[in-house]
Amino acid sequence: MSAVVNQLQGPAQADPAALMSRTISDASLRKQYRLDQLFRHATRFFAFLVLALLAGILISLLVGSLSSIRTFGFGFFASAEWNPVTEQFGALVPIVGTLTTSAIALLIGIPVSFGIALFLTELSPKWLRRPLGTAIELLAAIPSIIYGMWGLFVFAPVFASHVQPILKSTLGSVPIIGVLFRGPPMGIGVLTAGIILAIMVIPFIASVMRDVFEVVPAVLKESAYALGSTTWEVVWHVVLPYTKVGVVGGIMLGLGRALGETMAVTFVIGNAHRLSASLMEPGNSIASALANEFTEAVGDLYLSALIELGLVLFFITFVVLALSKLLLLRLARREGRKT
Amino acid sequence: MDLYTRRLLINRFNLAVSLLTMLFGLFWLGWILFTLFKAGFGGLSAKLFLEMTPPPGSDGGLLNAIMGSLLMGAAGTALGTPVGIMAGIYLAEFGSRGWLAPVTRFISDILLSAPSIVVGLFIYEAYVVRVGHFSGWAGAFALALIVVPVVIRTTENMLRLVPDSLREAAAALGAPQWKVIVLVTVRAAKAGIITGILLAIARISGETAPLLFTSLNNQFWTSNMNAPMANLPVVIFQFAMSPYEDWHKLAWAGALLITLSVLALNVLARVFFRNRTATY
Amino acid sequence: MNAAVLQSVEQALTQKIQVKNLNFYYGRFQALKSINLNIPERKVTAFIGPSGCGKSTLLRTFNRMYALYPNQEARGEILLDGENILGPSQDLNRLRAKVGMVFQKPTPFPMSIHDNIAFGVRLYESLSPREMEERVEWALRKAALWDEVKDKLKQSGTSLSGGQQQRLCIARGIAVKPEVLLLDEPASALDPISTGRIEELVHELKNDYTIVIVTHNMQQAARVSDYTAYMYLGEMVEFGVTDEVFIKPKKKETEDYITGRFG
Repeated sequence: MSAVVNQLQGPAQADPAALMSRTISDASLRKQYRLDQLFRHATRFFAFLVLALLAGILISLLVGSLSSIRTFGFGFFASAEWNPVTEQFGALVPIVGTLTTSAIALLIGIPVSFGIALFLTELSPKWLRRPLGTAIELLAAIPSIIYGMWGLFVFAPVFASHVQPILKSTLGSVPIIGVLFRGPPMGIGVLTAGIILAIMVIPFIASVMRDVFEVVPAVLKESAYALGSTTWEVVWHVVLPYTKVGVVGGIMLGLGRALGETMAVTFVIGNAHRLSASLMEPGNSIASALANEFTEAVGDLYLSALIELGLVLFFITFVVLALSKLLLLRLARREGRKT
Repeated sequence: MDLYTRRLLINRFNLAVSLLTMLFGLFWLGWILFTLFKAGFGGLSAKLFLEMTPPPGSDGGLLNAIMGSLLMGAAGTALGTPVGIMAGIYLAEFGSRGWLAPVTRFISDILLSAPSIVVGLFIYEAYVVRVGHFSGWAGAFALALIVVPVVIRTTENMLRLVPDSLREAAAALGAPQWKVIVLVTVRAAKAGIITGILLAIARISGETAPLLFTSLNNQFWTSNMNAPMANLPVVIFQFAMSPYEDWHKLAWAGALLITLSVLALNVLARVFFRNRTATY
Repeated sequence: MNAAVLQSVEQALTQKIQVKNLNFYYGRFQALKSINLNIPERKVTAFIGPSGCGKSTLLRTFNRMYALYPNQEARGEILLDGENILGPSQDLNRLRAKVGMVFQKPTPFPMSIHDNIAFGVRLYESLSPREMEERVEWALRKAALWDEVKDKLKQSGTSLSGGQQQRLCIARGIAVKPEVLLLDEPASALDPISTGRIEELVHELKNDYTIVIVTHNMQQAARVSDYTAYMYLGEMVEFGVTDEVFIKPKKKETEDYITGRFG
């Protein structure tokens, strides 16, 4: 009987070894808890590091551009002068060049990307989808310096001899926009840089569009077909609005890429610190100015002006990306409001 | 024309245009790759890997540039990956409360799309100016800064894909949180995280701008990371912009080399991911 | 009611859709086997049967929704008002304007409530803004949704609750004034109260439309339909007046299903 009672009571009360194992497990629990804390703090540290990096970039760029900021003030942005000899620097030409080439890139890139995404999701036979999609992604994998070399040595001459004369004679004579197409057909220039940028951003925008188009629920599309819509109507009126959050995100991604692209633009933009109304003339972008002149820059003010250019570029990209994130947040919130 | 016929015509027209855009994209791809192979293939030879970059007018190879790229790439990856993984773990596992995670994610996305030339500028100001000279380490730091946001994003995404039931199962056995994360969750997402690292390596292999004012260039062989270091992209830039024919040839060969490695890395990443991803 | 009288009444009813020897394939798998069926006009016909019996597949042949997918094929004849819709010359868009469909999951388009309903109408009719507003109101009233949304027509369709979204989809379907309305388990994703409303709706709508409803809920079929077809493993087992099928089924398989012996 007592054996049974003993068993029911359990060993804990009688056995000192069991008591010992309870205190040991307390200590090891505490150790685990401390390791948990340590791990959490460690990962948090690295997250802070990322913040610190951004702060570091901003601060170092600011510090570096101080003398330029002090010397030129806000006039920096209005001046098209760029003279290392007289130490007069103005950011107008590079800023205009950056914005213009990016605008051209998006103007060409967005419709083409949309067409490609449409083709990949609605038109292409199933067995072609993966290889075609991969082919487009290959365009993104090609390093930008190759785009630059190809642009300068292969594309520009062909562009100059075959395309630019046609552009000049057709669009060049149209009032108002004709001004954009004057000048000798040299092959390089703002327009060429914009076109090459377009080819570079197409895979980014098209991939994102394709990815979001693909996850539109089939029932939603079928609902539109069930009313008798054509494929185009389904895509334009249902798929596109449904995916607009992702589409905007993809476009912003492409824009960010276009704004900061250095090597491809440097090869073909012509590196002329000269403002011109014509797209066929050479120009400059912030990134290409930096790439070309930084290592040769002599003098503190010259360097400082270049760094201020870098700061401006970083600021522009930052604003574009921040705006797109806010836009996406607002779109997502509006869609989700329930009654 | 009645409404219905017009709709059908619009439909047909737009679908045809979409086909044209697809061909448009493929056309450029084909042209660029064709040019690259045609111009670069002739320059591909054993000499490329055995000789240093030559002065204009003489023959040579790209050995120092290749070595430099490999060294700086490896160093940059080694520096950037742990930062990226740890920050990615923070975002995925500890990031549900508080302000740090959303802000970090936001910043990481910005850095991901930030112009790489600005990264080079930063390292120049923060490091090169401090130590007084260009160096391989500066180049490595710049590359690391590009690796970090890529790895953060892929790590976070891959960790998020791991179902909560797996974490709960581990926790239900009494495992402390750090063990759940390190031994179970990260291990489950291992394939995806490695893929992310491979993609980051592919990305930095082609980057020129951040190296322009950090590692600069070096005509000779050096394994000293503390001195200016040759690297493929900057060498190609210098050679291509020059007026010399033989330098052009080397530039194309180098360009082909970079493209092939980037493509190989992308393919490797894709294949690796497909084979090793567990399905739940 | 006398069976003979009933039969002659049935024959006198116009057969809106006549299915003749229909076979359907998903790739190499045959999902429908020699289906022969007549759907009477302005009545509610229910398709019931266990999962996988082919009732949704059959429904989707009526508006050739399967044509969106390359591996799916229908052979045989389906006559809508005497014309074979499986013929190669059949215009799919026009067919779908005549034969509307509501799906199992509510699918509001990412637009305002007003535009959701106007979308289908705009495809085939040019209405003035005033006429459009009237049509939208009419459709929403028919779907018993008007009172709940009349003040927020500009709000997104996705901001409604599940039951309201489904009624919106029904309104959208009737706004184009189709002749046939196909309902594919319209209430299965909804709570009981919304389900009840949908069933009331079907009851009202049958005065103007031919309705075919697929449901896995037998009691719903009994409540809502005039005719019932019981399907099993791709075959049409029994078709008849609902009351007869449920109270005195002709086939033993039907009886087994109805009494819950399986499925």
